[in-house]
Parts: sequence; structure tokens; C-alpha cells
Amino acid sequence: MEFLLAITIGVLYAAAFYLLLRRGVVRIILGIALLSQAVNLLIFTAGGLREGGVPFIAEGQTALAATSADPLPQALILTAIVISFGVLAFTLAMVHRADQATGTDDVDDLKGTDQT
Amino acid sequence: MNSVILATVSRLLTGVLLVFSVFLLLRGHNLPGGGFSGGLVAASAFVLFAFANGFPAARSMLFFTPHVIIGCGLVVAIVAGLAGNLAGLPFLTGLWDKTPLPVIGKLGTPLLFDLGVYFAVLGVTTLIVFSLGEDGEEEE
Amino acid sequence: MNALTLAILTPLVTAVLCLFSLRSLTLQRFFGVAGMAVLLGVALRLMAEVGDGTIEVVRFGNWPAPFGIVLVADLLAGIMVLVSAIIGLAVAIYSIADVDARRVRFGYYAFLHFMMFGVCGAFLTGDIFNLFVWFEVMLISSFVLMSLGGEKPQMEGAVKYVTLNLISSSFFLAACGILYGQTGTLNMADLALTAREMRPELLTMTAMLFLVAFGLKAAIFPLFFWLPASYHTPPVAVSAIFAGLLTKVGVYALVRVFTLIFTEDVLFTHGLLLVLAGFTMVTGVLGAMVQFDFRRLLSFHIISQIGYMVLGLALFTPLAIAGTVFYLFHHIVVKANLFLISGITARYGGSFDLKKLGGFYAATPLLALLFFIPAMSLGGIPPLSGFFAKFAVVKAGLAGDTMFGGWATVLAVVALAVGLLTLFSMTKIWAEVFWKPAPEGHAPHPGNVPPAERFLLLAPVAALAALTLAIGFFPQYFFDFAARSAEQLLQPEIYINAVLGGTN
Repeated sequence: MEFLLAITIGVLYAAAFYLLLRRGVVRIILGIALLSQAVNLLIFTAGGLREGGVPFIAEGQTALAATSADPLPQALILTAIVISFGVLAFTLAMVHRADQATGTDDVDDLKGTDQT
Repeated sequence: MNSVILATVSRLLTGVLLVFSVFLLLRGHNLPGGGFSGGLVAASAFVLFAFANGFPAARSMLFFTPHVIIGCGLVVAIVAGLAGNLAGLPFLTGLWDKTPLPVIGKLGTPLLFDLGVYFAVLGVTTLIVFSLGEDGEEEE
Repeated sequence: MNALTLAILTPLVTAVLCLFSLRSLTLQRFFGVAGMAVLLGVALRLMAEVGDGTIEVVRFGNWPAPFGIVLVADLLAGIMVLVSAIIGLAVAIYSIADVDARRVRFGYYAFLHFMMFGVCGAFLTGDIFNLFVWFEVMLISSFVLMSLGGEKPQMEGAVKYVTLNLISSSFFLAACGILYGQTGTLNMADLALTAREMRPELLTMTAMLFLVAFGLKAAIFPLFFWLPASYHTPPVAVSAIFAGLLTKVGVYALVRVFTLIFTEDVLFTHGLLLVLAGFTMVTGVLGAMVQFDFRRLLSFHIISQIGYMVLGLALFTPLAIAGTVFYLFHHIVVKANLFLISGITARYGGSFDLKKLGGFYAATPLLALLFFIPAMSLGGIPPLSGFFAKFAVVKAGLAGDTMFGGWATVLAVVALAVGLLTLFSMTKIWAEVFWKPAPEGHAPHPGNVPPAERFLLLAPVAALAALTLAIGFFPQYFFDFAARSAEQLLQPEIYINAVLGGTN
């Protein structure tokens, strides 16, 4: 299972970086979205895969059952998803404005601020 | 967008989605759900309404501006955090009422905090979608 | 409630108050300035509490230490919060005259305080994933501040700024995940303990991920390209607070993890930092030499100055780390001030282009004096603050007690040469803007700006210049703080005991 996930993460990273290197701004945004998914899977895999129950303490117990999954990577991923949702929504709005202001979505044409 | 079917259905669906969002909010502490998903569902209710009936109608249905909703949400969350300080414990310490209630489980400041998150998420999402959508309408 | 919690709550509450008063310009400006003033008071109280070397810890939610999120204030964090509050107040006052009504109505002050919320949180947190969250709070607010107004160059700069910062965030997040997978903890004090048992090559690999993530935010070589492409595009008040604070949060994070967690394979990790510091200093200052836009020129100098701070961290001796801390607060004050001055000259002379400015010495000798102080301080002229900052770092490099032997000397010489070039850049601005006669049709007109606004623009600049002088004339007092915080940083046990002490 780790192997399969590792391959998936690799493919996601490769696709994300390919998109990040394109010239269209929208493709770059898609690349960022893919990148955050790749990172989420990475956290999930690095946190240790375990076949087991949901990490809830059962009724009448005081501790987690030994077989249950580690809840912390899930909490991290959840937080990361929330943040990337907010960031992505903002980025899309910003790119829309940038497109209106500059009239282009080609990063090669966004050179105005790099020239002396 | 002018679709009679969508407009009719959206009136029904908006209500259902809002009730569902409150349900998600209340069960969130121990089961899947919570302030964030609840807030997103509520925001999607308003977005659906906006698609069917136009953004001005959705804005007036929201009653407050998204900014005010974000502010209210943050105030509720801060108050929930400060409750711990009033009890002489660190910021954000959860305080619980001992008596369980049906459906909700137990009342406590984490629920209040979740309520704050709910409104903050609702405000932020509608703010972004409305400003994007109204931008699009101006262009047409 | 203790000062630690208040330092985080004050900007948040202020931001909410600004959100509620979006329609009233006066109210927003009042809250914007008053909130920063309160934050300054809180920061002073925090400094009074941690100034004697105690480390203050708050366990959020009352969860015990390695499991819950802790906020930790040691001397370094206290110093950083204090300087941030000073700059915040200066910029908030300056903004009244500089940021237009449209941007204020759109929530400029609210986002400024949200950003301060993220900055203070980043300085005070003791949990590595929580640090990521604070970074994001700070970044999202800075994205909005950067693109607020939506002018063409601003949007071009914002696209680059946002994209590269998001990539750095994803590196940061991946690094957190891998670190957690290896150690099973996210608490920085606990990480410092468990990291010692990690396989060294894995630890170093994780360290590199953090280096890329924080290096991008701190704009070290070769990850700095977004900075000069974006920092000169937003309103001056925004670029001043960005220039002063944001990259320094990255440096702070580097200092934190490379003194607390990644201290096992020092020869490799800090050796790499040493090399990067050298390149950062040189590329920054060389980039600045060819610039003729006031703010772009200053942006390149941020990069070269970041090099000095990283150099101090890389040398990893008490004196060098003290130099880094001293450099941090000296540089925040001076750099923000120079950006604020560039705004005033643009208001008087109508341009940021050095070639179109001139005759300012004749027109406003006071402004010339106010520029002269931070500029010479940045160039490292005694007895101003920059001299002592550079002196500490260079002396640490020449001392010969570092682990890099001759290389430390080489880097110290590079630092001296870069200092000379910095001085050259500053004299270039001086000659172009203040000394040479005004070019045809571009004479400065201080009268263009109403007297009340002129006062609001000049007062923060004068206050920051006075602070620079104070640091320069009483360096022993400030250096004492820096030296003691370096002592704390180099003895992680103090930090670890303070955070975990109550639980095991």
C-alpha cells in the first residue's frame, strides 16, 4: 500500500510541477491545487498507514483502542485542506482581477515589474 | 441565468441546505461535520440561490454583508476562547455543561467556537463568490 | 490574562473592529492606529516579563505540553513582537496619509491587523504545524494587502508573490508531515528531543525541506526572485511593512528551527547556510547597483541584508547569533523607515525613479537628514545601529572559533565588501535624490501635500530615525538583550524544560 501511495504522490508532484512550469496563469493555479493534494497524501502516508478503526474513544473506554488509526495526520490534512480551500478561492479571484487589469494570462507577458 | 425550474427548486433547496448545515454544525463535535463543513454547506445554499435568482436577491436574503458575518463569527469564536480565561484557565480551554441534551450531546464552549467558525466560513465564502460573480455580471 | 495571549488577541480584536466599521474612514483609522498602540503596550509588558530570561508558556485549551498547542515567549520572540508592534504603529500612522479612501473602505486596516495577528502568532508559537497555520494567516492577509487596489503593476507583482509563497507553503507542509512521520510529535521542544534519535540523513533531508520553505519566505539566494518583482508595487505603507517584517519572519523561523531542532549535522546544514548567506549578500547588493527605482533598489538591499542575518546563524557562535538578533531588530526599523521615506519623496517629487527626482536637500533639509540617518545606518557607518550589527557578525566571522575555519574569515571579508557596496548604493540615492539639482520639470513640491498629511508622513519616519539613533548611541543596552537571547537559543535545554517541564 505504501508503495502504491508513494507512486501516486510522485505522479501528483510531477504533474503539479509540470503545470507550475507552464505559461498560463490558470494552469499554474491548477498546479498549486494539485501540489496541495500531493502534500496531503504525503502527510497521510508519512504519518503511518494502519488498518484499523476510526480514532474515536469507544463508549465507556478511557483510551483509544490499539488498532485505531493515528488521528493527528488526519487533523493536519483537514487543516491543510481548509487552508488550501481559502487560499485557492482567493487566488482564483486574484487571477481574475489580474486578467482584467493586465489583459493577459501569459506569465511571459507579466514582465512589467521585473524591468528596471 | 433565467431558469424557472432552477429558481423554483432553489427556493426549496436553499432551506433544506440551511437546515442541513445547522445539523452538521450541531453534530460536529463527536461525529463528522462541524463548523467548517456546516459553514460551507450554508454558503453553498446562498450561492445556489444567487445562481438561480441573481446576486442582489442573494445579498438581500443574506441580510448582513459578508464582512459583518465574518466579524460576528470571529467575535463569537473569541468569546468562546475567552470563556476559558474567565474560569482562570488558559485561552480556548473547553468548558462543558454536564447535562446531556438530545441530538446535540453536551453544550460547551467548543460548540460556541464552532458556531463562530460556521459564520466566519459562511462570510468568507459568500464574500469571495459574490464579488467574483458580480464581477462577471458587470462584464456581460 | 497574560501578555502572551493578549499579544495575539489584540490584533485579532482590532481587525474585527475594523471589519465592523468598514463604512467609516475615521473609525477605521482610529481603530487601526489605536490597535497598534495597544499592541505596543502589550509587547512592552511581554518584554518586561521575559526580559530577565524567563520563558513564558501558555498551553492553549489547557492541554498538556507535547499534545496540545503551546505558545512560548522567550527573549527572541519577545524582541520580535516588540519590534513588529513599533513598525506596525509607525505604518498605521503613515497609512492615514498614504492609503487612499477606496483601499481603506475595502478593508485595508482589517487586513493589516490580520497580518499582524499572523506575524505575532508566528513569533510566539511553540508548535511547528501551528507555525504553518500562522504563516498562512499572515500570507493570506499579505496577499490581499498586495493586490488591494488592483492596479496593473500591483496585480503583476501579486501573481508572482502569491505563486511562489504558495509553493513555499507546500514545502513547509510536506516537511511538517515528514517530521511528524519520523518523530510522532509536532511540539518544537519535544521535536528537539526526539530529533536527536532520528536517523541523521533523514533529519538532514527534512532540514533541507524546511530550508527551502523558510528560505523562500526569507528571500535567500537562490529563492529571492519574487521579492524585487513585487515589493515595489503596492502602496508605500504596505511595502514598508512587508519590507520590514515579512522576510524577517522567515529569518526568525530559520533561526528557530536551526538552533532548536536541526543541530545534529551542523557542519553540513550550517555550512550550506554559510554558502547561501554569502551568495545572498553578494547577489542582493549587486542587483541593487543597477536599479534606478527607489523601491526596487531598496528591495534588493533587503535581500543582501538577509544574507548578513543568515551568516550570523550559519556561524553558530554566541556572538554570531547575537549579531543576527541585533541585525533583525536593527534592520526591521531601518528598512521600513527607508521605504516610508521613498513614499514621501514620491509624494513631493511625483516619482519613484531616481533620475526624475532631485533637489530634495535644498527643498527639505529635514527630510534629507531623516533619510541620512537610516541610510548611513544601513551602510554600517558608526555610530549608527547598522555599524554594531555588522560589527558583531563580522567579528564573529573573524574570531576563529567557528567550525568553518578559514571559510568564516572569507565570508567576513565578503560581508565587509558588501557593506561598502551598500554604502555606495545609499550614496547613489543621496546623490540622485537629495544632492543633484532637480531635473527639468521635476522639482520637489512639499507644498503639494497638505500640512496635516505632511506631519502624519514625517512623524513616524522621525520616530523610527530617533530609534535608530538610540540603538546606535546606546548599543550596549540593546546588544545585551541580543546576547542573552543568543545564549537562550544556543542552550535549547532551557526552552525544552520550560515547555515540557510541567509534564515529565
